[in-house]
Amino acid sequence: MFICDLNQDLNSSHQRYSKAKTLSSGLWKSFLNLKSFLFSYFSFRMIYTKPQILKRSDVLMMTPWFAPIVWEGTYNSEILNEQFRQRNVTVGLTVFAIKKYVVFLKTFLETAETYFMVGHRVNYYIFTDRPEEVPKVALKEGRNVVVLQVQNYPRWQEISMRRMEMLSYFSQQRFINEVSYLVCVDVDMKFNDQVGVEILSDLFGTLHPGFYTAERRSFTYEHRPASQAYVPSDEGDFYYAGGFFGGTVTEVYKLTKKCHEAIMVDKANGIEAIWQEESHLNKYFLYHKPTKILSPEYLWDDNLGRPEILKKRRFLAVPKNHAAIRNK
Amino acid sequence: MKNVSLTMPVIWYRCPFLIYSSGHYRRLKILHTYIFSLISCRRTDVLLVSPWLAPIVWEGTFNRDILNAQYRQKNFVVGVATFAVKKYVRFIEGFLGSANKFFLSGHRVNFYLFTDHPEKVPSINLAPEKRLFIIPVQNYSRWQDISMNRMDIISNHIHSHWRYEVDYLYSMDIDVQMFEHIGVEIIDTLVGTISSWQYTKPRDSNSYERHPESRAAIPHGEGDFYYAASFYGGSVSEVYKLTTACFKGVTEDRANGIEAKWHEESHLNKYLLYHKPTRLLSPEYYWDEELIRPRIIRVKRLSSVRKDLQEVRF
Repeated sequence: MFICDLNQDLNSSHQRYSKAKTLSSGLWKSFLNLKSFLFSYFSFRMIYTKPQILKRSDVLMMTPWFAPIVWEGTYNSEILNEQFRQRNVTVGLTVFAIKKYVVFLKTFLETAETYFMVGHRVNYYIFTDRPEEVPKVALKEGRNVVVLQVQNYPRWQEISMRRMEMLSYFSQQRFINEVSYLVCVDVDMKFNDQVGVEILSDLFGTLHPGFYTAERRSFTYEHRPASQAYVPSDEGDFYYAGGFFGGTVTEVYKLTKKCHEAIMVDKANGIEAIWQEESHLNKYFLYHKPTKILSPEYLWDDNLGRPEILKKRRFLAVPKNHAAIRNK
Repeated sequence: MKNVSLTMPVIWYRCPFLIYSSGHYRRLKILHTYIFSLISCRRTDVLLVSPWLAPIVWEGTFNRDILNAQYRQKNFVVGVATFAVKKYVRFIEGFLGSANKFFLSGHRVNFYLFTDHPEKVPSINLAPEKRLFIIPVQNYSRWQDISMNRMDIISNHIHSHWRYEVDYLYSMDIDVQMFEHIGVEIIDTLVGTISSWQYTKPRDSNSYERHPESRAAIPHGEGDFYYAASFYGGSVSEVYKLTTACFKGVTEDRANGIEAKWHEESHLNKYLLYHKPTRLLSPEYYWDEELIRPRIIRVKRLSSVRKDLQEVRF
């Protein structure tokens, strides 16, 4: 089970404990007992291979505050799927397709159908200012698309930051009654491999693909004390990506509300954080530590190459022409 | 992409100084540089996370300062249920004395001590945030029955009043002593300790109950870890469910004239196989004194007291 150099024979001392009472039931009694065992109150049986010795020794699997870092090879999907199916969980996937970004929806939804939370109930919440342009995509059973009409803003930075406001509003108004977990992602992406219930936790964030090997001093936190997103240079655990975070509806509500309020205070003070809401998200995660962290497998850009530690690329950036698509 | 070799030394400096500063966010400021690289592992010799992503608590994998800061905000109370029946009263002093020093030091703990000899409980000066409740309990002629009935007593007490008094509850054997701090790293919804006897065993050698007639039976080909009944716990509601289910199994077995191989520990193992713990404690958290401690057990936090089993049980 674990790598160990123990040579002692552990069995010998068991003899010092008293022997178990032997069975004395008759044949008919044992048959009845077997039947009732099969219909016992224990919920389910699962056959799977025994937990192995550490499979990944090349990456950090857990933070110092016990949040697992989810890499391929560290979890068993069957066990996790069964746990979540028993709870009959519905997952909400939120995405913002404002102005020309509606063009990304088709690929996003089609790949989500193939790879996202397969076998579980999913509500796609599509925030858009152009509801008529939301494509019709064939959905599997237990999955729905909900289109939420919202306003747009002239600047793309504003659109990006206002997502926090919209998420906090709708979490309270609607999502709390409809789903157990929220997953909040960017739309200009496509799913390329399984993204399942292994990501679900009270509060989770994703390691930014550009910074997971970087030292703290390279993290692009907001370093101006005038901003609410300010992180001192001697603090910081990881650099989290603004394009993939989530958790229970309550936790996402608290996060988005806090970030939105901080953004508004900055606005009143005439300052905008260096990476918009991502800076505020990073500040939040520093002082309200996530309970689970997703590896860069969960948010990757092929322009960054294909390093060996990345066994899967699950959620990929779709190539786009920034100048053409933003502010339009 | 930078290539980082596996032999890169783990570099993180943990400083005991904390400054809580006021401001918009309550901050935990660690004076010295807190560096740890994502591409180097603190412990590569042991499993850190179970396949269902429950953390396994080993020395060197956690930062108690961060955990304490998180825990203090929530103002929880932890209960510990322990039984000192018949000759086991002799262990009370060692247990309470060491627990007072090392168990959740600085946090609120209620010790619920069940004994058939309340007059023999020595007076111990407990820390201000620790309280001791002595509860009389009957003894049984067989030590196995004393052991198994603990589940029933715990479940009844949770139902009647502990659910109003504590947030988390742990059941611990009395014949133990603590040698190192056991802190908030043990606090989670459902916590089991990996047995110090069994952690190297392949699945089919584990001491699960195998006779299908017993309620505790686990078929061959199933099983994750072997958990010790000497130290388990979790949230009050989860421990209630666990103890109720296990004692139900014990009662049904008794009605059929069976006793599981390792008594309530067998039932516990069955329960935790099908209701997987949310956190696992390594054998550091219950180390049997009879075993030689291997290198991977870097710290012995809680250990059984050497005793003559024949003499003390009968």
